[in-house]
Amino acid sequence: MSSFVKAARLLLETLREIFDEAAYERFLTRTQRTSSTKAYAAFRQESEEARTRRPKCC
Amino acid sequence: MNKTLSTFAWVAVALLGAAAVGVVAVRRGEPINALWLVVAATCCYALGYRFYSSFIAAKILALDSRRATPAERLENGRDFVVTNKWVVFGHHFAAIAGPGPLVGPVLAAQFGYLPGTLWVLAGAVFAGCVQDFVILLYSVRRDGKSLTEMAKEEIGRVGGFVAYTAVIAILIILLGVVALIVVNALKDSPWGTFTIAMTIPIALLMGVYLRRIRPGKVLEVSILGFILVLLAIWGGQWASLTPRIASVFTLQGTTLAELIIVYGFAASALPVWLLLAPRDYLSTFVKLGTIALLGIGIVVLHPTLHMPALTRFVDGSGPVFAGKIFPFAFITIACGAISGFHSLVSSGTTPKLIAREREARMVGYGAMMCESAVAIMAIIAACVLQPGVYFAINSPAGVVGSTATAATATISSWGFPVTAADMQALAHAVGEQTLFNRTGGAPAFAVGMAHIFSQSLGGAAVMALWYHFAVMFEALFILSILDAGTRVARFMIQDALGHIYKPLGRTSWYPSILATSALVVGAWGFFLWQGVKDPLGGINSLWPLFGIANQLLAAVALCVATTIIIKTHRAKYAAVTLVPLAWLVAVTFTASWHKILDPNPRVGFLAQARVLAAGPATTASARLIFNNRLDAALTAVLVVMVALVLIESARQWIGVLTGREAARVKESPFVPTRLAEDRA
Repeated sequence: MSSFVKAARLLLETLREIFDEAAYERFLTRTQRTSSTKAYAAFRQESEEARTRRPKCC
Repeated sequence: MNKTLSTFAWVAVALLGAAAVGVVAVRRGEPINALWLVVAATCCYALGYRFYSSFIAAKILALDSRRATPAERLENGRDFVVTNKWVVFGHHFAAIAGPGPLVGPVLAAQFGYLPGTLWVLAGAVFAGCVQDFVILLYSVRRDGKSLTEMAKEEIGRVGGFVAYTAVIAILIILLGVVALIVVNALKDSPWGTFTIAMTIPIALLMGVYLRRIRPGKVLEVSILGFILVLLAIWGGQWASLTPRIASVFTLQGTTLAELIIVYGFAASALPVWLLLAPRDYLSTFVKLGTIALLGIGIVVLHPTLHMPALTRFVDGSGPVFAGKIFPFAFITIACGAISGFHSLVSSGTTPKLIAREREARMVGYGAMMCESAVAIMAIIAACVLQPGVYFAINSPAGVVGSTATAATATISSWGFPVTAADMQALAHAVGEQTLFNRTGGAPAFAVGMAHIFSQSLGGAAVMALWYHFAVMFEALFILSILDAGTRVARFMIQDALGHIYKPLGRTSWYPSILATSALVVGAWGFFLWQGVKDPLGGINSLWPLFGIANQLLAAVALCVATTIIIKTHRAKYAAVTLVPLAWLVAVTFTASWHKILDPNPRVGFLAQARVLAAGPATTASARLIFNNRLDAALTAVLVVMVALVLIESARQWIGVLTGREAARVKESPFVPTRLAEDRA
């Protein structure tokens, strides 16, 4: 794999982590569900409190 | 051979860095190119990372890659997750990068480009990066504990209490001051207000897409949202040129403040996930994109700085905020050099994601270097403006006069020529009615950014679009900080109240939600209202207050770090955190002294209260007198609290060093890692 592809993949992975897509995938794996509106609602509910407690700097 | 080559390369970097810093520091009387700042910063960061952070990692923290981190030991797929170091780096940077490194340096540019640049470089390499790195590693070694918990365990109950109170105080002041920045950027600006108003239906649409159409596809919906926001910016021009629509979106400061207060309460107290989560993602997307774009723009276009290296305002008579270069330059620029708030992020989510201890160096030290680079970009954006224009935008009417003629005459008399016609032409070019008295830093940054980009991408014809893009970018992520910050403060207060009466601690109990939301919004709303009504523009009193609070929290974080260093028998290296701590104590205590007791009414809260009390008694003056006395009291309380932490810490240090107290640290026991290299 060329280093450019590697870098692009890493960037995408980083963005997926920042934007909680990776967290959603982990949630699906952990709860053994497939992606659906219900599963996403459950994920949001579970992660909402943790997300809002996350400090964001000035 | 490799070693010789490496030594040669690092000597070359050091020489280049020294030359660039020399040019930045010594050149007088003629404009310099922004590339000198970029080269100086790049070399300083490279040297700091390669040598200083490596020294700290080896001698003080003794990073141990054989030791399992909490992400591995406590992995639960939710909070504790072993994550790739670059992903953690991006995550950490996205959390620490806010409006601070953009606004502070723009305000401090009133002293010239030199003081801010030197403080950002030295402050980051020797203080800010060190704080973030050390606190991150100590939190990793304590199962991801927060700063307040570490302060309580390592310094004592006083440390924990002060850290907790300082965090609440900073949050409240921060939210008040950033809300004021949005108000000042959007007042009497139908284009800007229309664009921001449009982000609400865009966010709702994104929420529906995210929940109903493509669950969880945040990245693609953020791209869609970004395109819609660009259309909203373009539509804003049409709105501002259509009299009936423009009149709806032309709002005064007080109206905007009321709307923001209502918004803050609704965001905290109501289940408005559909609106807030997508907009939060959108603001992060725009923030990261804009920072990257600005960085590329500065390097490629390398504009010329028109602001002198030093201005006459180093004497304390500055129109943007009053106060001498020492200590006020050092509290005005916090986030780009050192910010106590970062220690909360370093002891929040990040330590729960780190796979190997050695990665703390890149994440903690490295991400703060990038934050510092953002501050350098902000200095460049402010200093590419003609100084007269910069001061016309950033000076309050109470200082330069309320008419265009009076303001330009005052500013020109300082040696920074500007005419009313220049300002009118600039306002017209960026699609505003006026750019006078736009205090707060955001509009000046937006004009600077538009100025840089209009040199190539689309030329002057699209300057108005760039300006409103920059305003939208700042307002959008400030609003997301407002709602997130309000909820963080609400949770913290609920946690504390839960010890007094259990139901109050339940984050789902509505009476508690409403009461604590009202308390938090009322507190920052008070500061916002105070700023909007302040004849000196609000920023003059509120930004220093925020800077003092933020740097005092950094002092608490450095006290914790120094205590742990001494307890782990590395006292001979304690200067690494002790020197920045001593500097911060000197800066914050001096600034607090001035803000409370300085006889100059533009600087001292009490002096201003006395001047107002000696004048005609009106309802407005009574309110201003009260506000000034309250600000003085708040500053004094913060200083006393941090003094208590210092005394408590010093007691611990002396006790351990003289052998009277046992050097007990509260680290988690060593567990060898089972992670394979490729997984880490």
